[in-house]
Amino acid sequence: MSTLTYREAVRGALRQALQRDPRVFLMGEDVGRYGGAFAVSRGLLEEFGPERIRDTPLSESTFVGAGIGAALGGMRPIVEIMTVNFSLLALDQIVNHAATLRHMSGGQMSVPLVVRMATGGGRQLAAQHSHSLEGWYAHIPGIKVLAPATVADARGMLLAALADPDPVFLFEHATLYPVEDEIDERAPVDMRSAAVRRAGTDLSVITYGGSLPKALQAAEQLAAEGIAAEVVDLRVLRPVDTPTILASVARTHRAIVVDEGWRTGSFAAEVSAQIMEGAFYDLDRPVARVCSAEVPMPYAKHLEDAALPRADAIVAAARSLLERDG
Amino acid sequence: MTMDRDHAHALLREMLRIRRFEEKAAELYTLGKIRGFLHLYIGEEAVAVGAMQALAPGDAIVSTYREHGHALARGIPAAALMAELYGKATGCSRGRGGSMHFFDVSRRFYGGYAIVAGGLPIATGLALAEKMQGRAGVVACFFGDGAVDEGEFSESLNLAALWGLPIVFVCENNLYAMGTALARHQAQTDIRLKAEGHGVPADTVDGMDVLAVEAAMRRAVDGVRQAGGPRFLEARTYRFRAHSMADPELYRTKDEVERWKQQDPIATFDARLRRDALLADADFAALAAAVEQELETAVATAETGPWEPVEDLTRDVYTP
Repeated sequence: MSTLTYREAVRGALRQALQRDPRVFLMGEDVGRYGGAFAVSRGLLEEFGPERIRDTPLSESTFVGAGIGAALGGMRPIVEIMTVNFSLLALDQIVNHAATLRHMSGGQMSVPLVVRMATGGGRQLAAQHSHSLEGWYAHIPGIKVLAPATVADARGMLLAALADPDPVFLFEHATLYPVEDEIDERAPVDMRSAAVRRAGTDLSVITYGGSLPKALQAAEQLAAEGIAAEVVDLRVLRPVDTPTILASVARTHRAIVVDEGWRTGSFAAEVSAQIMEGAFYDLDRPVARVCSAEVPMPYAKHLEDAALPRADAIVAAARSLLERDG
Repeated sequence: MTMDRDHAHALLREMLRIRRFEEKAAELYTLGKIRGFLHLYIGEEAVAVGAMQALAPGDAIVSTYREHGHALARGIPAAALMAELYGKATGCSRGRGGSMHFFDVSRRFYGGYAIVAGGLPIATGLALAEKMQGRAGVVACFFGDGAVDEGEFSESLNLAALWGLPIVFVCENNLYAMGTALARHQAQTDIRLKAEGHGVPADTVDGMDVLAVEAAMRRAVDGVRQAGGPRFLEARTYRFRAHSMADPELYRTKDEVERWKQQDPIATFDARLRRDALLADADFAALAAAVEQELETAVATAETGPWEPVEDLTRDVYTP
């Protein structure tokens, strides 16, 4: 067991991958000399050298595409994109290329590419650094979409992604980097399943990524009121673990989906639809959603707080689902 | 320059192979055997055939949606390509790609890409993999003048130059980005200057002259192998047919097309070989017969080839 931060867990996984496999290298903006915009890769340039820790020009589309090409050429690239908002400059390479190549070539090649990026709000960075767009990526067949929410997953899911033959995208919520936890580094971590983080019988709070701590905080608050909330961490948005979602709803008969994406067309909408399709007769109440307000993220703290999902909003939604029972 | 007779015949045969394959494809398109988009390379054959002479089996190729010529010149059997145009399971991409997406990884042919300039970053990454693994392969990346407009063009040239990657960027300048003439989409129409601006040594060649293209590509590939770092080659060429089968060609005159046809890369090379007594009627007849034979077999096997079962629709979205 060791105690470390989410940031250190990602760095540790990177270091381990670089040590174990000479095909692995890291590239992205400011990952080398600067040490990474979120200090994730600090020290790796000194340890592994500029061939394997590559600072790139500010050209997201091309360094993601170069990652695809390098993967086709036998390497195991890890590409860091500074934030999810910047990843939009690489959408062509991600959606039109990485996701399609295996199928479009009739199965002749796989693209073993890992792309990591920071996502999410809560740091007063306004409307071009704060959004949660991982739900968009989850729409795309041909890629896998992971949202590690715990320190153990930050480490383990990155290593699992590197062992996967297909393109894997990891969304690291920026507010999680300083979170500290004690983890068993030898415990196996998969990238297939959702996890029940807290068991409960009265309702299911289904969430992922940066909203997990808020959901757990809400569950704690609800427990004080005598309401037992189960918290499901989706962990993987594509392919999503539908059986775990449905099994939880079958136990609790009520569901709230918490997602930092905007409500309209959100991943929460997908989860809600899956519950309707697969657990309609288990439901005592309509599925509720707690999502971000339909607004580009504002800068001022009070406005940003109002735009994001909050623990108190989850608590309020839970009370409302249960009150109507009476 | 003295010319090897066999090599000259091979160049002529390869160009004829592409020409006849595409004429047949156009015919089959009008019969409804081939659907979707069909972008013909007719007129530009000297570029693919000349350039491919300089590449070894260990080199890699990235192309565009107008890639029939590159695929054939790389040695992919016409039968696998024709079956792909038919959408059959025996096609080079199992009927998943069609005309715009030929792949043959066994020949290091990494595909036809239908997002203009989308192949450049991937080719750059393939070159990075060659370099990082200490292999001697060079990547040849083909694209048109339209790709020069895209950000990925500048980004890829910059990255390849910055990191000294083994790649030759081959710009097939056929003067039109679909229907928009070069001077209507580029302020600087001397494309070579753009490459030089990124620190990439660049050359321009007559893309209607197969021998000139071969020589220029050999210089470029040798430059990459000896000095390292990328090279850029602009081949000035012309597409005789419409952009695609759907194009009414309102943007250029028949006179212009006819003028370029006077430089037909096959006719001019044929005439040159006959003038130099390197080609007799019997040689041409034998060569043309071999091309027709391959094409007939390709069409026949495409006709009878199996369809991919619908049960396999979602196969190969992910690696099993």
